[in-house]
Amino acid sequence: MTRWFDTAMLRAVLARDASADRVVPPEGFTVRLTLFTAAAMAFLAVFALALSLAAGRLATSWGEELARASTIRISAPRDQMAEQTAAALRVLEQTPGVREARALSPDEQRALLQPWFGPDLPLDQLPVPQLIEVIEAEDGYDSEGLRLRLQAEVPGAVLDEHTRWRRPLVEAAGRLRTLGWVSMALIAAATGAMVTLAANAALAANAQVIAVLRLVGATDGYIASAFVRRFTLRTLAGAAAGAALGLGALLIMPGGGDTGGILTGLRLQGWHWMLPLLVPPLAALVAFLATAHASKRVLEGLT
Amino acid sequence: MIELENVAYSYSGEALFSDISLTLAPGSFHFLTGPSGAGKTTFLKLCYGALLPSSGQMRLFGEDLRAMDRDAVAMARRKIGVVHQDCQFLDHLPLSENVALPVSVTGQGSTDQTENLRELMTWVGLTGRSDARPPELSGGERQRAALARALIMSPDVILADEPTGNVDWDMSQRLLRLLVELNKMGKTVVIATHDLGLIRAAKAQVQARVLRIANRTLQTAGADL
Ligand SMILES: Nc1ncnc2c1ncn2[C@@H]1O[C@H](COP(=O)(O)OP(=O)(O)OP(=O)(O)O)[C@@H](O)[C@H]1O
Ligand SMILES: [Mg+2]
Repeated sequence: MTRWFDTAMLRAVLARDASADRVVPPEGFTVRLTLFTAAAMAFLAVFALALSLAAGRLATSWGEELARASTIRISAPRDQMAEQTAAALRVLEQTPGVREARALSPDEQRALLQPWFGPDLPLDQLPVPQLIEVIEAEDGYDSEGLRLRLQAEVPGAVLDEHTRWRRPLVEAAGRLRTLGWVSMALIAAATGAMVTLAANAALAANAQVIAVLRLVGATDGYIASAFVRRFTLRTLAGAAAGAALGLGALLIMPGGGDTGGILTGLRLQGWHWMLPLLVPPLAALVAFLATAHASKRVLEGLT
Repeated sequence: MIELENVAYSYSGEALFSDISLTLAPGSFHFLTGPSGAGKTTFLKLCYGALLPSSGQMRLFGEDLRAMDRDAVAMARRKIGVVHQDCQFLDHLPLSENVALPVSVTGQGSTDQTENLRELMTWVGLTGRSDARPPELSGGERQRAALARALIMSPDVILADEPTGNVDWDMSQRLLRLLVELNKMGKTVVIATHDLGLIRAAKAQVQARVLRIANRTLQTAGADL
């Protein structure tokens, strides 16, 4: 067991040798079980994949929103506005956990209001509050403390933290993504175990066939390739069907757009639709390695 | 072809036979006799590398058996045609494919081989049964099929274990004649048998040596046969 990947075996499997296929008797029941299990595993893998990707998307977008979660609104008489803004910025500068604080320019404020009031808004003639965007550092700041300081030093300031409540959810989404990847690893391992069991059963059931083949001068590679080929192709076919069903199921899930959470955002996005196509070949690869290993072990125990 | 040097073999515990030294030269013809259970089949198994000697040295086509890996043994078996005492086949394939199996596993099918197959099937009298599955065959038919399978690759060495145990006298003469013909073409032939009549008949056609396994060793039988 020195080489984990047998290229000679791979070539034997890819070469269409009809005679090697025929020397092992067909077995209807094992075929159907292998096909079914491979299909079920692929179906589950597609969902685990979709779950991981959706959780990942959610964690990223919520995380970004969180970083710019807070705004400070300053409502003051026009002649005090500049002074209070400067005071607020000073307070923010001294607050640990605030990475950056920036007063929005009149142009930016106009752009924000434009959807409601149209493009010709005379901003300087209206008592529009000044907005300060607060970008927090990784750990966030102590919002109670900031609120108290602002109250004391900038009476017209209101701290608005609209999305802070999402922080634990972002963590949960991150965990969910990890769980999704762990599930996929488990599915791959279970597929390998299932194929190993099926291959061992087939090798045991065909002990006489193997003995006859050995006696007439067949090499281990020839004998093994008959089994490896069969299980690899079966797994590929089963996994293709399962992945297709999984994709179909994802397609009829409602797409939630931007507002959706984990439930409505399970549909894949953009190039991610390509990823489930990798499931069948990966399943076939797992089957190939598992059968090659199993048959090598069994054959080396014979004379 | 096949050389044995002080070979001993034991399945477990006591040695079945020991101290056997023998060379199966190209073109030689040997009979192997001895009481049931003396170790004839075991001896043949050593000769095609299915068993390793407990002690002593074995060489197949000049190569030390112990130093050969599994693929090398498989390659050597392509040059050795074996008829087993309990003929085993692939029961799901028709007889013709079973007989041609050594050819398929080496991946060198050709029209030459197809011609070979037809001739062989005719010689062993199985042409009419080529589509039958092995379990449908009689004991004698299985033996003849096993002989045909052993010969299809035109091997250098032919090892036959009781190849005529289940066939009538005429058929056994016919099979013997086939083996004698092959021997005259230079093949090495070893036949394990209890059938003294067969040995006598062969001696009339070919110079055959008779080996006897008895008292845990291999003796050359006297000329009294
Ligand atoms: N796999 C085995 N394990 C243990 N003992 C065995 C095995 N095969 C054969 N034997 C024993 O070895 C002895 C020789 O067996 P073998 O088959 O070589 O005899 P044989 O000369 O061919 O007999 P026969 O003429 O009946 O075919 C027998 O006593 C048998 O019981
Ligand atoms: Mg015997």
